[in-house]
Amino acid sequence: MQGFGVALTPMNLVLMLTGIVLGVIIGVLPGLGGANGVAILLPLTFGMAQTPGGATSAIILLSCIYWGALFGGAITSILFNIPGEPWSVATTFDGYPLAQQGRAGSALTAAFTSSFIGALVAVIVITFLSPVVANFALEFGPPEFFAVYLLTFCAFVGTSKEPPFKTLASMMLGFTLAAVGTDTVTGTLRFTFGITDLLNGFDFLVAVIGLFGIGEILLTLEEGLAFKGAAARINMRVVLDTWKELPRYWMTSLRSSAVGCFMGIVPGGATPASFMSYGVARRFSKNGDKFGTGQVEGVVAPETAAHAAGTSALLPMITLGVPGSPTAAVLLGGLMIWGLQPGPLLFVEKKDFVWGLIASMYLGNIAGLIVVLTCVPLFAAILRVPFAVIAPVIVVVCAIGAYTVHNSTFDVWMMVVFGLAGYLFKKLQYPLAPMVLAIVLGDAAESSFRQAMLGSQGDMTIFFSNKLVGTMTTLALFLLFWPLISWALRALRQHR
Amino acid sequence: MALVIFAIGALIVIDSLRIGARWGADGPQTGYFPFYVALMVCLASAWNVLAALLMKREANTTFVARGQLKLVLAVLVPTVVFVGLVGWIGLYVAGALFIGFFMRWLGKYAWWKVGAVGVGVMVVLFFIFERWFLVPLPKGPLERLLGLG
Repeated sequence: MQGFGVALTPMNLVLMLTGIVLGVIIGVLPGLGGANGVAILLPLTFGMAQTPGGATSAIILLSCIYWGALFGGAITSILFNIPGEPWSVATTFDGYPLAQQGRAGSALTAAFTSSFIGALVAVIVITFLSPVVANFALEFGPPEFFAVYLLTFCAFVGTSKEPPFKTLASMMLGFTLAAVGTDTVTGTLRFTFGITDLLNGFDFLVAVIGLFGIGEILLTLEEGLAFKGAAARINMRVVLDTWKELPRYWMTSLRSSAVGCFMGIVPGGATPASFMSYGVARRFSKNGDKFGTGQVEGVVAPETAAHAAGTSALLPMITLGVPGSPTAAVLLGGLMIWGLQPGPLLFVEKKDFVWGLIASMYLGNIAGLIVVLTCVPLFAAILRVPFAVIAPVIVVVCAIGAYTVHNSTFDVWMMVVFGLAGYLFKKLQYPLAPMVLAIVLGDAAESSFRQAMLGSQGDMTIFFSNKLVGTMTTLALFLLFWPLISWALRALRQHR
Repeated sequence: MALVIFAIGALIVIDSLRIGARWGADGPQTGYFPFYVALMVCLASAWNVLAALLMKREANTTFVARGQLKLVLAVLVPTVVFVGLVGWIGLYVAGALFIGFFMRWLGKYAWWKVGAVGVGVMVVLFFIFERWFLVPLPKGPLERLLGLG
């Protein structure tokens, strides 16, 4: 409860609204997404976080940008059939047909309301589950933490729809990038090859801005430059009518929230969650065969799940220090830069901060719902700005973001390199999320691995030394080899 | 692509061995963890190379169409020039030129519009970053002339 007191200061409320509006704009613009939007604005909060209580304000601003981006993605998918964010791809399936039938208003209302419900369920889950998880995690030593990291990364290999070896390559590349620079344990320099700019290693913020921002712009260009959209008008009557219709889909909402929360906590992320939930809803719904032709239910399912996943991705971030999505990874990096060590101890040492953040999730989502419902025409107008104008502005903003991380022009060059890499990776179906997570977590994973190894004098069996760590390691290995296992099972079945 | 990643992996393996990937007197050496990680990079990309080679001809669709490549390069090349200019004439002027170039070349806008948007965006950005957030960005001769740098 005291968290609401922290979050409800006028200053924080203003930041909340600013964050939401900025977030929606970021979500609407192709090429700017939650992860790199937060990454670009992160350097601006360095100063803010130094003041007393500032860290809470800073995280409120950044997390509200994240909520805003989650909301914003739906606007473009429904009105323009262009997903502003990867997690809103599934929303286009039924959202755009609805808009073509002239029911854009109800599609948008359904999308926003169900996002709100998804997020709400996830926040409630966070409120009640996070102290439990944090308490549990206080017992963790280095081997347990390494097992958690292992589980996170193996889950990527097991659940991603990209070829497993490409996931593995991209992830391990992220780890090697994280290892560049000064070794945190011994202080030795490694992999700098005599280039002084590499002394501090690659900054994940620069990598995120390049991979997602510049890479995305290049991809969007490929698809052409024109935006054609349906007109949107939302008035109170449409909103109320749609709200009357929504309770009918309570089962879908509930199911999608569950799918979303699960996928968010296990690092699947919002994108697979939205697809999975859409698929599940289609199978279980009475109107399943009509999906894709403009069913409100087909909008409800992916949006609820995407928001539930996006929000619950913060649960492992604040309790374990393991982010469940790329954007959560950027937020985690922010916490580290502000001098907060995410993980179970945060709940003991920085109570105000944690509960302020959780309270801001409730308030931020309510604020978000109001903002998007009232301002849709305004945000849709942004997309009417021609691409030839918006693209260079986005590139310039990305460059500024990359520069401000360390005030170095070298980082801007790195951003361009990462941008090109991101474009090629996307083209060749290498997933980017595991790479970003590996860059952020690389140092932490390595040091916990080395501490565990030091404790056991190089004996790998430490990862099976007690029940807890043994279970996690086994589960991780099972997920790692899941593609192989499922392939073998399928082969067996065909053989018969 | 997989070959490039393999090369990066191999590079890290070699450098890890240089700084010591073995078990030192006081525990794992600096290169211990990256060595195995890089080894996995090599293995995974070796697999990817094989998979790409074994891929059936029909499944091997065109990587990028010529027209698309032109568009992508049309953004990539100016971006590189832009970043090059930042170090030389400052971010604000380079940004305005970059936006102007885009609008004129890809958007075919009238010159007055090009100028207005290019300069306008950079002025807005200037106020946001230098005045409100007090984040100094790289500046060049023009800002010095105006007494802003």
